[in-house]
Amino acid sequence: MDFLLDSEQEALRDAVRGLLAKAYDTSETRRAATKKDPGWDEKTWQRLAEMGVLGLPFAEEDGGMGAGPAEVSIVAEEIGRVIAPEPFVEAVVLAGGLVAAAGTAEQRAEIIGALAEGTLVPAFAHTEPGSRYDLAASGVTAAESGDSWTLTGVKEPVLGGERADLLIVSAAVDGGTGLFVVKGDADNLTRTSYTTYDGGRAAHVAFAGTVATPLGAAGADQTEAIAATVARAQIAYGHESLGAMDTALKTTTEYLKTRKQFGVPLMTFQALTFRAADMYVSLELARSTVSWATLVLLDGGDAAQAASRAKLQVSKAGRHIGQEAIQLHGGIGMTAEYSVGHYMSRLTAIDHTLGDGRHHLNQLMANLVDHTVVEPLP
Amino acid sequence: MKLQLSAEDAAFREEMRDFFRTKVPQHIRDTVAARRELSKEQIVESVQVMNAAGIAVPNWPVEWGGKDWTPLQRHIWHEEMQLACVPPPLAFNASMVGPVIAAFGSQEVKERFLPKTANLDIWWSQGFSEPDAGSDLASLRTTAVKEGDEYVVNGQKTWTTLGQYGDWIFTLVRTDPEVKKQAGISFLLIDMTSPGVEVRPIELIDGGVEVNEVWFEDVRVPAENLVGEENKGWDYAKFLLGNERVGVAPVGSTKRTLSQAKEVAKTAGPGGTSLLDDPLVAAQFADLENELLALELTALRVVANSADGKPHPASSVLKLRGTELQQAVTELVVDLAGPASLASGAGDGSDIADWARVATPNYLNFRKASIYGGSNEVQRQIIAGTILGLRG
Repeated sequence: MDFLLDSEQEALRDAVRGLLAKAYDTSETRRAATKKDPGWDEKTWQRLAEMGVLGLPFAEEDGGMGAGPAEVSIVAEEIGRVIAPEPFVEAVVLAGGLVAAAGTAEQRAEIIGALAEGTLVPAFAHTEPGSRYDLAASGVTAAESGDSWTLTGVKEPVLGGERADLLIVSAAVDGGTGLFVVKGDADNLTRTSYTTYDGGRAAHVAFAGTVATPLGAAGADQTEAIAATVARAQIAYGHESLGAMDTALKTTTEYLKTRKQFGVPLMTFQALTFRAADMYVSLELARSTVSWATLVLLDGGDAAQAASRAKLQVSKAGRHIGQEAIQLHGGIGMTAEYSVGHYMSRLTAIDHTLGDGRHHLNQLMANLVDHTVVEPLP
Repeated sequence: MKLQLSAEDAAFREEMRDFFRTKVPQHIRDTVAARRELSKEQIVESVQVMNAAGIAVPNWPVEWGGKDWTPLQRHIWHEEMQLACVPPPLAFNASMVGPVIAAFGSQEVKERFLPKTANLDIWWSQGFSEPDAGSDLASLRTTAVKEGDEYVVNGQKTWTTLGQYGDWIFTLVRTDPEVKKQAGISFLLIDMTSPGVEVRPIELIDGGVEVNEVWFEDVRVPAENLVGEENKGWDYAKFLLGNERVGVAPVGSTKRTLSQAKEVAKTAGPGGTSLLDDPLVAAQFADLENELLALELTALRVVANSADGKPHPASSVLKLRGTELQQAVTELVVDLAGPASLASGAGDGSDIADWARVATPNYLNFRKASIYGGSNEVQRQIIAGTILGLRG
């Protein structure tokens, strides 16, 4: 059992950290990038592609780098550290992951190759108004006529829905939920984009008999592929949150050291330093569970359960650290000009993507009597 | 990065699991499982079974009976013991005075005390806290004045856990009142049968008597009972308290208690129904299991990644969070018992299950956990100051 990175993984971390530290040297650069569409920086995305980051988790024969969950976790954490707005988890881990899990060899080669090169950005169109965190699709339905398929219904909010060159769409099929590929410029597809509170973009995506290509076998139920990929994305989001929480805590402790009131630094006041200590406790506990979840993925264990455990811990820690980071700063923490508020916004957005703490607590409650104790090691 | 234990560690875990479940007498394990108080004889017997197998004091130097185990193996030893309902070796002997004597005592003191300390032939008590020296331990006032080749000790110690069983007591005493308070303290071993030593019990809120006051009135202690150098006692105490924090997060026993609670909850509802069907109860179980997992994984991170001998920064989280969860689980058990928890004094002829009778005394008793071993406020101070660099 080992939680440490090997030297190649450390090199990857340092390289990604270096790249992102340069791209987002201040919170103002990040803010500027999120102000104009698509809400992130195409040049930074291209640099990530050149570094091999966008193809990391995919098989080499599909055009990927043949790395795995450990490498994904490293990148996600660095993304979170500067809350880089580039859609690494959304486009690579989630949308790309679905193609890898469900696509035919031909689809994998075509889509993943282009994704890894940075020339094609996919998005997963799954959430429907009112569907909450359901893994099944119901509001968008797929119909077969002759040898082609069409989709009808609405997906919203679809993260990165308008910028996406390709939508991977979940839709109700006979006997379950299928996956379909729809080109961004398809006929009978309407995408209405808006901003999200964390600086991102989401879209109302309406399908009106839109022609779609089944991802993998035509009309097949892809619930398993969706669940497996979503678990990977949930764990990756956990790592992105760790990076963000780490920075939020560092920023807060730095502020307590330097900000003076009543003629003394804020760290003179134990009421404040004890709360910072509790933030550290939350962060370390979340780090343990999220890192473990990645080890479970590597080990081929129960990924859905591990992902729920990680997401629950991160939900609690993210709220705690985000809220306290602002409170310990005082008024400056409320301003858009200062960084910590954006960290809280991002943590809140991640919390409500692919299941918040309460949702995952419910998942764990359902399995309560399956075990006497929770054993972390196989 | 990998999840699996190495083949060697997995075999070690099997060996420990087998030992604790087959070699430690069942009556001892049953008492622990029932969350009832162990007798002195049971505690001694359990340690001696372990010591005979050479695994009672693995944290000591090898020449004094220790084991050349990795931190991970020591963790596995400790966890398997708790999961098997085996009481850990008496902390005063195994984790406190033993390592101090082994590190700082003269060869003569080592030979005189260490074998008997490992085997619990000597039951040690701890004489650190005083009425006016709790978290601020260095302000202690018990004095030891050198007269010829003896020290004359006067003063009062308190919170001496299981002092009623004590043969010897290791104390911090003031040997130089003129210098900075930390610089005038010595580490002195005192025979509790010496004239002038008096142990007075303190009844606690759970009705039990596990702590005591220990009074010293002109107690004459041979100078050879000094550990290390005079006035260096504070350094030895810091070494000891550093060790104390390591084993103070009882993950395994809390896990075991929570799983026992889940088992009894299945029939603790009205008419024998399951309380786990109550979503509020189920949510509490699921949440506590997840929090305990996070704690256990943090402990594993600390032991797996502290090969260089330096304490992992996250280790300070363990005492703080470990005791919070220990307390949360004892609180949950009281809630599961409901009105049955009032039957704490019930004896034969009661229809109330034993677990429900002991629930509240346990809950009350474990309020101590966030106070001893460096109170949780002291832990927050350490995290804020040492890890985050926030120094007021």
